[in-house]
Amino acid sequence: MNNALWIAKTGLDAQQTRMSVISNNLANVNTTGFKKGRAVFQDLIYQTVRQAGAQSAQNTELPSGLMLGTGVRTVATEKMFTQGNMTQTGNALDAAIEGRGFFQILTPDGNFAYTRDGSFQLNSEGSLVTSGGLEVQPGIVIPEGALSITIAEDGTVSAQVAGNVAPLEVGALELADFVNPAGLQAIGQNLFIETAASGAPQTGNPGLDGRGTLIQGFLESSNVNTVEELVNMIETQRAYEMNSKAISTADQMLQYVNNNLGR
Amino acid sequence: MDRMLYVAMSGAKETALAQARNSQNLANASTTGFKASLDAFSSRPVSGPGHDTRTYAVTEDMRVDLSPGPLQATGRDLDVAVNGEGWIAVQGADGTEAYTRAGDLRVDSVGLLTTGTGLPVLGDGGPIAVPPFESLEIGSDGTISIRPLGQEANAMAQVDRIKLVNPDPAELVRGEDGLIRHALMEEQPADAQVTLVGGMLEASNVNTVEAMVKMIDLARHFEMQVKMMKTAEDNDAASASLLRMS
Repeated sequence: MNNALWIAKTGLDAQQTRMSVISNNLANVNTTGFKKGRAVFQDLIYQTVRQAGAQSAQNTELPSGLMLGTGVRTVATEKMFTQGNMTQTGNALDAAIEGRGFFQILTPDGNFAYTRDGSFQLNSEGSLVTSGGLEVQPGIVIPEGALSITIAEDGTVSAQVAGNVAPLEVGALELADFVNPAGLQAIGQNLFIETAASGAPQTGNPGLDGRGTLIQGFLESSNVNTVEELVNMIETQRAYEMNSKAISTADQMLQYVNNNLGR
Repeated sequence: MDRMLYVAMSGAKETALAQARNSQNLANASTTGFKASLDAFSSRPVSGPGHDTRTYAVTEDMRVDLSPGPLQATGRDLDVAVNGEGWIAVQGADGTEAYTRAGDLRVDSVGLLTTGTGLPVLGDGGPIAVPPFESLEIGSDGTISIRPLGQEANAMAQVDRIKLVNPDPAELVRGEDGLIRHALMEEQPADAQVTLVGGMLEASNVNTVEAMVKMIDLARHFEMQVKMMKTAEDNDAASASLLRMS
């Protein structure tokens, strides 16, 4: 009916999406290994109402035309894989990745998922699992009665068992790296899964081929910058208000027509 | 009387179109690299036998507002903003060279450097392919250097250079896909004067205050036109009652 109504509606939609992304970022400000999201906007296609340069009479042409945009759309909500801060926990089973890469996790459906959250624990069989109980791949089993566990920079996990002088090497953590980490799909629980956009994972030992190294006793905190998010929130709210103002103005224009014309 | 009614009607219609454009600017108040549409009204006299009695108003696109938007720091390696004048060359969906100021770049799964909307960024010789890298730097002249995967910190390799152009603003037009192109669709030579700043994005250059004021202005203007239509109707009713025999 009225272009302005629908264009302003796309603006409201976009700001609403942005607000959701901001809220999600703020809600996860203390989530280990969380990566902040960002909404990417693009202007929608333009409609040519009058073509510039068209003939307005035999010898004259329109000096400029009329092109109307149709609004805005959200193209993507991309993840920003910048490094989060390292926080010291002192827990032997905590490991943070310094640099690129993800831990590989086996999901219940038999597929791999990837995470930067290195707050591991042991299950009843002594396997290294995430705080969600999913096994780390390749599987690492800590022998019963281990006195201390060491995770080396290169991923080697060794355990000091009572009665043994030398620590026992029980396995090695591997990291997976992607050409385009921003293309990974977040599935919740701090996990990401591979997509066509991310490319295939290149797994290997930490510290090799550009993969990051591990730091035991540290966790990578969320990379959300609260001040930035609050500023974004203010901007989003005001832009939302302005677009809703545009809707009410378009509405008033139509209302005025209805009240004054016709019989 | 019919003339007055139609002149007022066309005024109301064109004002509604202008309001739509203004809403478009407001809707894109937070679109990275967006350039506002400028508009203007012009008069079109209706010529015919005798005097020109009527003049219709039509709304027109004045070109795109090319003034720079504010820069926002994001700290992301692949975010770049054009410093001052100039454009980043990308390949449009139709394969032609187009220009944008939105520098939220990314590397896709096959290593192609694209914009946030998925359009390949052009280098010295077509789209830029980036080998697997550990870190990536975009220099102020658009030079992309990477530290390849598994290499020492001193083994930086230069990949390509983002094509930055600075054509005459008067020759630039916006296409229906929202990208800026040269009016004659000619590929522009790279311009070494154009510089980039890293870790920044250029926000939309829409002046929201101006757009809000304009929205009120257009709404009142529209009401005025409708009032004229109402007046035309009243005039008609008055003349009808004068002629009525009773």
